[in-house]
Amino acid sequence: MSVTTRPTPPAEVRGVELTGKTLPRLAPLYSGLIAVAAALLLNVLTSVQGVAGTAVVAALLFVAIQSGWSFAVEGKRHAVDRLATTLIYATFVAAFAALVAILTVTVAKGVAALSPDFFTETMRNVSPRREGGGIAHALVGTLEQVLIAAAISVPVGIMTAVYLVEYGAGKRLSKSISFFVDVMTGIPSIIAGLFIYTFWVLTLGFERSGFAASLALTILMIPTVVRATEEMLRIVPNDLREASLALGIPKWKTILKIVIPTALGGIITGVMLAVARVAGETAPLLLTTFLSQNMNWNPFAGPQASLPTFVWDQIASGTNASLDRAWAGALVLILLVMILYLGARIVARFFAPKTS
Amino acid sequence: MATLTRPPEDDAAPAEIEGSAVRRGDRVFRGLALYAGIGVLVVMGAIAVFLVWRSIPSLTSNSVNFFTYQEWFPDDNPPTFGIAALAFGTFMTAIIAMIIAVPIGIGAALFIAYYAPRRLAATMAFIMDVLAAVPSIIFGLWGLQFLMPNMFGLTEWMNDYLGFIPIFENTQGIYTKSIFIASVVLAIMILPTMSAITREVFTQVPQAHREAALALGATRWEMIRVAVFPFSRPGMISGAMLALGRALGETIAVALILSALFTINWHITEPGGNTFAANIALKWNESGPNGLSALVASGLVLFVITMVVNMTARWIIARRAEFSGANS
Repeated sequence: MSVTTRPTPPAEVRGVELTGKTLPRLAPLYSGLIAVAAALLLNVLTSVQGVAGTAVVAALLFVAIQSGWSFAVEGKRHAVDRLATTLIYATFVAAFAALVAILTVTVAKGVAALSPDFFTETMRNVSPRREGGGIAHALVGTLEQVLIAAAISVPVGIMTAVYLVEYGAGKRLSKSISFFVDVMTGIPSIIAGLFIYTFWVLTLGFERSGFAASLALTILMIPTVVRATEEMLRIVPNDLREASLALGIPKWKTILKIVIPTALGGIITGVMLAVARVAGETAPLLLTTFLSQNMNWNPFAGPQASLPTFVWDQIASGTNASLDRAWAGALVLILLVMILYLGARIVARFFAPKTS
Repeated sequence: MATLTRPPEDDAAPAEIEGSAVRRGDRVFRGLALYAGIGVLVVMGAIAVFLVWRSIPSLTSNSVNFFTYQEWFPDDNPPTFGIAALAFGTFMTAIIAMIIAVPIGIGAALFIAYYAPRRLAATMAFIMDVLAAVPSIIFGLWGLQFLMPNMFGLTEWMNDYLGFIPIFENTQGIYTKSIFIASVVLAIMILPTMSAITREVFTQVPQAHREAALALGATRWEMIRVAVFPFSRPGMISGAMLALGRALGETIAVALILSALFTINWHITEPGGNTFAANIALKWNESGPNGLSALVASGLVLFVITMVVNMTARWIIARRAEFSGANS
């Protein structure tokens, strides 16, 4: 590898290409066309039939043609690279297809029972076989339960994050809180329902109610709120804190008036994501509330419906009319979650914290 | 919760020369923050304590071995119930879901991190996050009403051509409500978890490592193999474990899809199977006091399993965080 001398190349090397051979830029397209054509031909000639079968054959042929061509022209390393590229594209397409299938099926089946009345009526005196009825009672229930859960978990979550970032840095207690907040994120939602049932209903003797459901949702919300707030508080520049403290402002006022307002956009985003997460939870509600077909404004007493348990109930009824209602309820639920989710993103974009 | 009811601080109090060095407002605010944090620990502890306490009555009344018995009759006299079938169903669905979701999740993360056009990458990451936000009841409804009728072809094909492998064999000729369908739905549900965490570690791979590999003439795949995977292996493992935790604890989608049978059936395309979480949701409203206690006991087992899985995942991440300083 003597680079310094640079001898003039001998005559017989001149004119020889220095780059390896490569496939044309559109090679994947050509391979794809050939594969699809061959698969269609097989579809006509042999017993490989159906859309799915043909698609699978076409995909396998595509991989075989492209890899073989690349192996012949470019060599093994590039053939492997092309194979890996194909597989990686395929995995994303698979994931994307799943999402598209879920959204389109929910929309297509959900619109059947959707009407203005669907939002204003309850299921009172609507037998499963009959069409009609609505989700007004479920919307009220979900709204109340989620708002109560947020009202409890947001202050607790934010204060926990404040402790972790502003007071507890490096302490053993703060490390263990941080660790258990992470572990709490992974608690199955049904365990939260079980815990509230054993604690609130069995031990303290309260009845199953919308409020009990809120408590279960609180357990699921707190870790999300803590994590989001903690992350935001950590990126608030220290200069701001120091400037405030240097002016003689107490630490608690610095946190309340300087640190939290700076991070507010991110905190709101985190809270909205947490709300979106718990608004669709079904399992804890099944354990902590009784299902209801009637409007119940009082979350502290009596059975109270909610959107996810409404869907669950309608699926359980199993008639055509109730399945239509289940899909319509699912569509409303998915829209609710998506609106919260998109809203969170918009808040995050427009109120991004001002970093130094 | 109860910790938030401390008296509000008194701002108007006149300053005293011989006061303490710490302001009262500071002390109160610090106390609030501290108690909120301790509250989180207390809740975690309380979950364990209450689940143990409330499961003791049924466990002492049980006349068969809790861990090896398959059937579930906690309200009979004498009560006979065990978690063998539940544990089998839980792990079987979770493992098959992992086999499907881990490669796809890693592939999708690689695509977003290194293959997608840079301008589209953020949108694609958002799309994967949207998949994570879909409530589980919708996955269940979708799996039951759309996926199940559309999977007959695949499961029949598996029986016809892969039936020589025992788990793909279908001796009943019925392909509905099987562990396999539940696993596919679970796989889609845990895909975003897997993908989001691995994507995050992929983006942390030092650019210098990747450029070094490319400069030495590596193809893109070789770059991923020699520079990206070694760096992000702990993150990928812990992402997979968090996804596993989610799969083990998923309730509603599984409860809707499986036909709850308390048997251990290795033929995964046949109807049947049950999981801890699904069983709790399905049996809850038809159980007597001892039945509820038995369900709490099975929930306790699920809680311990998911805790172990999650703690291991967090431990792997934490250990990596200590070492990564030298790398980046």
